[in-house]
Amino acid sequence: MGNIFHKFLLVLVLVNITAYASPEEDLELFRDHFKNRFPNTEFSDYKNGVYSIDASSREQWESIEDFPPYELNIEDGERLFNQPFKNGNTYSSCFENSGIGIRQNYPYFDEDTGRVMTLELAINNCRKDNGEKPLSYYKGGPMADISAYMAYTSRGNKFDVKIPNSQEALDAYEAGKKLYFTKVGQLNFSCADCHVYQTGSKLRADIPSPGIGHSTHFPAYRSGAGRLVTLHERFAGCLNRVRAKPFKAQNEEYRNLEYFISYMSNGLEINGPGSRK
Amino acid sequence: MKNLKTLIIAITFILGLESTAYSGDIEEGKKLAFDRKKGNCLACHMIDDGELAGNNGPPLIAMKARFPDREVLFNQIWDPTENNPNSFMPPFGKHGAITKIEINKIIEYLYTL
Ligand code: HEC
Ligand code: HEC
Repeated sequence: MGNIFHKFLLVLVLVNITAYASPEEDLELFRDHFKNRFPNTEFSDYKNGVYSIDASSREQWESIEDFPPYELNIEDGERLFNQPFKNGNTYSSCFENSGIGIRQNYPYFDEDTGRVMTLELAINNCRKDNGEKPLSYYKGGPMADISAYMAYTSRGNKFDVKIPNSQEALDAYEAGKKLYFTKVGQLNFSCADCHVYQTGSKLRADIPSPGIGHSTHFPAYRSGAGRLVTLHERFAGCLNRVRAKPFKAQNEEYRNLEYFISYMSNGLEINGPGSRK
Repeated sequence: MKNLKTLIIAITFILGLESTAYSGDIEEGKKLAFDRKKGNCLACHMIDDGELAGNNGPPLIAMKARFPDREVLFNQIWDPTENNPNSFMPPFGKHGAITKIEINKIIEYLYTL
C-alpha cells in the first residue's frame, strides 16, 4: 500500500514538476508532498534537516548544539569579515546592510551578468573588486568561516529567494530543478530520489533528510569531517556517493541547483551555521 | 548391484564436488551482496543476518518461492528500471557496478534465503 502511494506520488510530482509549472506551483507541490509524508513535522522545523523527522538522532544532535562545534569558526569569520583589505575597504562595502543579516536573500538572480549569485561567490567577487586573491571553496577555511559568520548574523531571518519573471532567471531555476530530478551516476539516483521520494527511509544507517530546508543551516560543521562544509561540498559528497562526477564548487550547475533548493526553502529561518553528523 | 554401488558413489562424488563449488559461490554471493562497494543490497533490503539494513526495498526472503524463474531475479538485479523506470534500485549490471558472474553468485546466495 505504502509503495503504491509512493509510486503514485512519484508520477504526480514528476509530471507536475517537470511540466511547465511556475516556481510558485512547484513550491506548493513540494511543500504538500512533505506535509503528507511527515504529518507530524511542523513546517518551521524543516530547517533542522534530518532531525526534523528522526527523533532518535535528534536528541544526540541537540546535545551537540549545546556546545556548538562551530563557535570558533564564527569568531574567526567575524574577525576576517572586519579585517580591512590592503586598500582599506572591508567586506561590508560590498553588501547591502553592510553584509549583516542578509543570508536569506542568497542566492539571487543577477540581471547584469545573467547568472545566479550565491553568497560565497559574492564574497570572492568582493575580494576581486578590492584587488585581493579569491578564497578556496574547499576544505573549510576562511571562505567557510566568513560564510558561517554572515549566516550567523542572519539567524532567525526567513529565506526569501526571488525568481524574477525574466526568461533568463526562469531558465536558471529550471536548470537547477532539472538537475535535482535527473538520475545520475553509476548508481542512477537523482537528488529527488533520496530527498523527496525516499526521504525518511533508511539506507543502512543513513536517513536522507527532506529536500526542504536544505540550505538554511549552511555551512555546516560535520563531525565526520571535523570542519565546516560548504553547501557545494555537500552536493559533491552526495554526487560522489552515487558515483557521479561532481562539479566544481560555484560552477553554473551548482549555482542553479542552489537556486532551486533555496527557493524550496523559502519561509524557513536561517539557522546557519549548523552541525551535522 | 556392484555397478549400482559404483554409480551411487560416482554420483555422490560429483554432487559433492558440485556442492563445494556451490557453497563457495554462496559465501561469495553473500559477501558481494553485503559489500558497500559491490551490491550493497543491505543499504535498502533486510537480508538474513545483515546488520544496519535499510528499509526502502522489500525484505529479501523466501526467494526461491517468490522467484522460481531465475531470469526474472537476474533481470531485477541487472536493470530494475526495465520493470519500473523510476525504480530506486540501481541498475547494477547495466551500469557495470557488478558483473554477470557476480550477479550469479549473489543469486546463489539469495536462493538460500
Ligand atoms: C543515495 C542517496 C542520496 C542522493 C542521491 C543524494 N543525497 Fe543528499 N544526502 C543523503 C544522505 C543520506 C545525507 C545525510 C543525511 C542528511 O540528509 O542530512 C544527505 C545530505 C544532504 C545534504 C545536507 C543536509 C543537511 O541537513 O545538512 C544536502 C544539502 C543534500 N544531501 C543535497 C543533495 C543534492 C542536491 C543531491 C543531488 C545532487 C543529493 N543530495 C543526492 C543521501 C543522498
Ligand atoms: C538503493 C536501494 C536499493 C539497493 C541498493 C538494492 N535494492 Fe533491490 N529493490 C529496491 C527497491 C526500492 C525495490 C522495489 C521494486 C523497485 O522499485 O524496483 C527493490 C526490489 C528488489 C527485488 C524484488 C523484490 C520483490 O520482493 O519483489 C529484488 C529481488 C531485489 N531488489 C534484489 C536486490 C539485490 C540482490 C540487491 C543488491 C545487489 C539490491 N536489490 C539492491 C531498492 C534497492
